[in-house]
Amino acid sequence: MTSVIDTDSRYDRLIKRDRVHGTLYTDPSIFADELQKIWYRTWVFVGHESEVAQPGDYIRKRLGLQDLIMTRDRDGELHLLLNRCAHRGNQVCDDAKGNAAAFRCPYHGWTFRNDGKLVGFPFFKGYGQRKLDVAMGRVPRVDSYHGFVFGSFAADGPSLIEHLGAAAGEIDRLVKLSPEGRVELTAGWLQHRTHANWKLLAENETDGYHPQFVHGSIFGVTGSTIGPLYSDASTAVTRDLGNGHSENDLRPEFRKFGEPMRWFGTTESRVPDYAAAIRAKHGEAGEEILIEGGPHVMIFPNLFIAEIQVFNIQPVAVGECIQFSTAVQLAGGAELNRRMVSQCIGSVGPAGMLLADDTEMYERNQAGLESLTPEWLEIRRGLNRERVDDNGFTIGSATDETGMRGFWSHYKSLMEKQ
Amino acid sequence: MSAAVDTETLGPVPDGFDRWEVEQFLFREARYADESDYDAWEALWTDDALYWVPAGGADIDPQRQMSVIFDNRARIATRLKQLRTGKRYAQAPPSNLRRLITNIEFLCGRSTSDGGVDLEVGANFMVVESRPRGNTLWGGRTTYRLRLQDGSLRMAYKKVVLVDNDKPLPTLGFLI
Repeated sequence: MTSVIDTDSRYDRLIKRDRVHGTLYTDPSIFADELQKIWYRTWVFVGHESEVAQPGDYIRKRLGLQDLIMTRDRDGELHLLLNRCAHRGNQVCDDAKGNAAAFRCPYHGWTFRNDGKLVGFPFFKGYGQRKLDVAMGRVPRVDSYHGFVFGSFAADGPSLIEHLGAAAGEIDRLVKLSPEGRVELTAGWLQHRTHANWKLLAENETDGYHPQFVHGSIFGVTGSTIGPLYSDASTAVTRDLGNGHSENDLRPEFRKFGEPMRWFGTTESRVPDYAAAIRAKHGEAGEEILIEGGPHVMIFPNLFIAEIQVFNIQPVAVGECIQFSTAVQLAGGAELNRRMVSQCIGSVGPAGMLLADDTEMYERNQAGLESLTPEWLEIRRGLNRERVDDNGFTIGSATDETGMRGFWSHYKSLMEKQ
Repeated sequence: MSAAVDTETLGPVPDGFDRWEVEQFLFREARYADESDYDAWEALWTDDALYWVPAGGADIDPQRQMSVIFDNRARIATRLKQLRTGKRYAQAPPSNLRRLITNIEFLCGRSTSDGGVDLEVGANFMVVESRPRGNTLWGGRTTYRLRLQDGSLRMAYKKVVLVDNDKPLPTLGFLI
């Protein structure tokens, strides 16, 4: 047996440009590594500012395996607190959401302000002082973009805007759909338990190859126009936006038709007030907004914006994750908002006529990956026709795996860091 | 979709509903759902049907808040058409199912827009679902609104409040 000095890192061996190794989805030690190097380090989407609109509002959230309380203090500042008493580790908050200036631990009555500071504890003589230098744990960096709140457990590192990079422009596109330039996520979140590794979901979100197959049953019975967007003949492109983000840019298809609101599966005559408001706000550019619609973008590692709906993917274990999904609500878009909730209910969540079928694929995929061979998963589709667009981004055709390759390239760079 | 809800008024349990017949109707509805008999199940509904599985509580506003299912008659038809393709993968193959319905109570009468009165019935249920991913136990409370139409019972409303609808749920591909 010859001795070879292996200079490749673990992830170099598992992640190639055209394929990735199956153990990335099934090995618990890789999942543990991801928690440290991705979920507890990079910027992760947590929720939206509109969910805690008023001072004192709070809502429970997940970040990786962490149980968080997203709060807005009396000065309007946002905090992501870890739901753990600084005394003995008890959970201080039971309710899913509410409004409170302070959280009182039920165990020994320690009380924390909604910014995490300890404001009181019973029987202070036992400590010989009235103040203790402890507080609730917190996510050290919290930032938001157009109200989308992200947290990073790394005290230092790239800023949120650096992390978002070109994907920030896609959130800008979403916000432009609002006549007031503001979106809200106030419709509550469906929670879909999924027995699959989180990366299968992240990869699928901008996979334009699957829709005609996985969703053929619903496209067929509703006469949906979505199918052809993801066909071999489609002029849509898949774009690697950098930093692991990717999109299905459907605008070339919608421009071809040039019909306002086609992206929403309706016509302008059905939502005249909305169309008028967009034209009033944006003038000539309003026409373009009405024709092109919203983004279809996967923001690494866990935020997926699919035109009118938003997904937050959070891992539970190597073979399990939760998909949180909700409808976008547009400030000033009353005519659209109820339709958005209705369409979204029909599409997403445990019984959704689209997402339940995606989820079946994720779970079948996870089960299939337990098979020992052929070991690798293909991600080479479109390598033969990949090109660079005018802005320097790598793009592929509508059904190409360009987005997946962007995801894995960024994943590898994060996982190789110590 | 549910504008009718606002105009309905509550009243006493209406006459004309036989307890044995109502129970038999509920058991039949359960059996059609368990056996994925989509045609028979669909035929139980009235034209103004509403099939609702709320999320995050029992009394959310389904126009403004996300539900697991909030189907009017047209969307029930779409859901069933998708199931009948055999390529609704979340339910292909169909789940193996059996459910129990118990604690059946006649709750009240609800006047309808055309001057009739629907019977509102409450019941508890448990369903055992077997799929390749494993077995799932679903449980909760169902509220039905039943109508006498041409001498036979029809279902105008079915609201299913799962006991764990505030937590992550696995895929719900079958008729609950």
